[in-house]
Amino acid sequence: MLRPALCLFAPKPLIARGPSLAPVRTCGGRSLTIPVFEPWNDPEAKPLIQFQNVTKRFGDFTAIDDLTIGIYEKEFFALLGPSGCGKTTMMRMLAGFETPTEGSIYLAGQDMAPVPPNKRATNMMFQSYALFPHLSIWENIAFGLKREKMPKHDINDRVEEMLRLTRLEKFANRKPHQISGGQRQRVALARSLAKHPKLLLLDEPLGALDKKLRQDTQFELMDIQEKTGTTFVIVTHDQEEAMTVASRVAVMDHGKIIQVATPDRIYETPNSVYVADFIGEVNIIDGTATPNGPDSYSVAWKDGQAPLNVQSPADFSEGQTCHLAIRPEKVTINAEKPEGVDNLVQGKILDIAYLGNISTYHVELPSGAVIKAQSANTRRISRRAFTWEDTVWLSWTATAGVLLAE
Amino acid sequence: MMRRFTLIAVPYLWLLALFLVPFVIVLKISLSDVELARPPYAPHFDWATGIWAFLSELDFENFTWLAEDDLYWKAYLSSLKIAVVSTFFTLLVGYPMAYAMARAPQEWRATLMMLVILPFWTSFLIRVYAWMGILSNEGFLNQFLMWTGVISEPLTILNTNAAVYIGIVYTYLPFMILPIYAALERLDESLIEAAEDLGCSRLSAFWLVTIPLSKTGIIAGCFLVFIPVLGEFVIPSLLGGSDTLMIGKVLWEEFFSNRDWPVASAVAVVLLLLLIIPIVLFQRNQQKQQEAEQ
Repeated sequence: MLRPALCLFAPKPLIARGPSLAPVRTCGGRSLTIPVFEPWNDPEAKPLIQFQNVTKRFGDFTAIDDLTIGIYEKEFFALLGPSGCGKTTMMRMLAGFETPTEGSIYLAGQDMAPVPPNKRATNMMFQSYALFPHLSIWENIAFGLKREKMPKHDINDRVEEMLRLTRLEKFANRKPHQISGGQRQRVALARSLAKHPKLLLLDEPLGALDKKLRQDTQFELMDIQEKTGTTFVIVTHDQEEAMTVASRVAVMDHGKIIQVATPDRIYETPNSVYVADFIGEVNIIDGTATPNGPDSYSVAWKDGQAPLNVQSPADFSEGQTCHLAIRPEKVTINAEKPEGVDNLVQGKILDIAYLGNISTYHVELPSGAVIKAQSANTRRISRRAFTWEDTVWLSWTATAGVLLAE
Repeated sequence: MMRRFTLIAVPYLWLLALFLVPFVIVLKISLSDVELARPPYAPHFDWATGIWAFLSELDFENFTWLAEDDLYWKAYLSSLKIAVVSTFFTLLVGYPMAYAMARAPQEWRATLMMLVILPFWTSFLIRVYAWMGILSNEGFLNQFLMWTGVISEPLTILNTNAAVYIGIVYTYLPFMILPIYAALERLDESLIEAAEDLGCSRLSAFWLVTIPLSKTGIIAGCFLVFIPVLGEFVIPSLLGGSDTLMIGKVLWEEFFSNRDWPVASAVAVVLLLLLIIPIVLFQRNQQKQQEAEQ
């Protein structure tokens, strides 16, 4: 991926960590020498933030439901979920604007309940940026430092450093309403990082930016996170954003964390239909499992269709209801019947979603079920081997999907 | 084109008929001499003698008189002092009320706003008379304080400057509350949270964020109170004592007790000139606010 001209940071090429790419943040060609950053797999590691059986209720409404999770130092942790799932409440509890109804939150081993927001070693970047409209960019960034009674020249140095980091030197004397949305976003980031917080909270930080700028800024955020070594917790409803920036993603629903894992594991091995469906596109095939080997199952589904062969690390008993989740890009579409494949179905193309680089084919099987298959448009569209109403073969390997109980 | 002209013409005609023409008449009277007649001043414009003869009889005698007699500038200064002090007290009472209104739950705000405006539905005079009933020696306030045992002798409040201040603060409070409320209601709650997040206590967040961001409302409210209070006449003459010196009262006495219309008009013209300064400042504040909002 070409770094756009906007990003003037370190010239090292960053590789977009899309869903199907390497799990570790890689820096062009040197990926093999970088130690794997997985403190959550290290039993010795102590989490920086610990939620211990935290419940938060607003009247009758339970925003957070008995939640326990640890977030480690230097992590870029994403809270992902639909609106109203409790992710913002979690963040506001970390910042100190809300207190848990039950349970406790520990920051570096210290119970945060009695600590007011202005005494916490956390800083927040607000969704609206919340820049002080009556202060200049410089004064906005210096605001937190002045409250610390920092010596004047130290404030100067720190503000200059933050302005450099976010490339805002030229705008130091402007007021927030005199700069663009992207610049405002960087001021908000600079202001929240200026105090060297142990933990930086980002509430939908890129929501107000257009798509192109958002993508650029995601890489900037990752860069700044690496440079400063600060622990970042980001709240977002944009799954692509969470996958791009985060070291781990927590998928939330109704005040509970459904799954916490690295972006690739969330995508490849979701633990529930909810997670599989929330992240990216997926085919969910309902059926009944029959074990036929270690981690191997034969899944009976629609009448008149041959049972599917699935290899998935799960525990199903004979005749148990199961859901096979399989990503469209793992389903191969062919005009001719392929040989030697684990699973094969025939159907008719119902719909084609043409996205330029890829196309998603909606294929209707004789039983009425629709399966989505995705393939890269390696040929010109005029030379495509199949189109609407054509009969095609769909195939996938036994390991392509995951078998889920719920 | 014609349509636009008509549209602009309406407010200008309004201003011309209801402000400029009366002002020119008052200005003319202020340049005349007092006379025992009806109306009690001369000269009058006469077609026979022509405009130059008429103009040559006008002079600035009344304005020199205003400068010579110290009653007038003392009255101007005293009015200024009363206006400044009562504006300050109105701000002191009005700001917390506006703040409480802006922080009240959304569904209450319309009701609270209604309560602030409600007194306007009754006659201003009746409300000032009601204060006479409250503040007099046998009034409700003294009766209540003596009943509770706080005082044994009734306090003399009515016919003092204190009563004038109470009356002014009460009457002009809505003019202070409404612009401040408008500024505070627009204030983004997350700015306060951001200030706290960056290390401010509640109090310092209020000083460093809430106050500066409601500045335009405070300035607007202060001018809306200060400008009319400077020329206030009813409140000092009903609630104030004989030593309460305000230019509005002097003006009234010159007109109706003294029947010296020319001097009274001169007092009015000077008052208007004095008021132009705060009015211009007020306009500039409003303009700045509009620019900031764009």
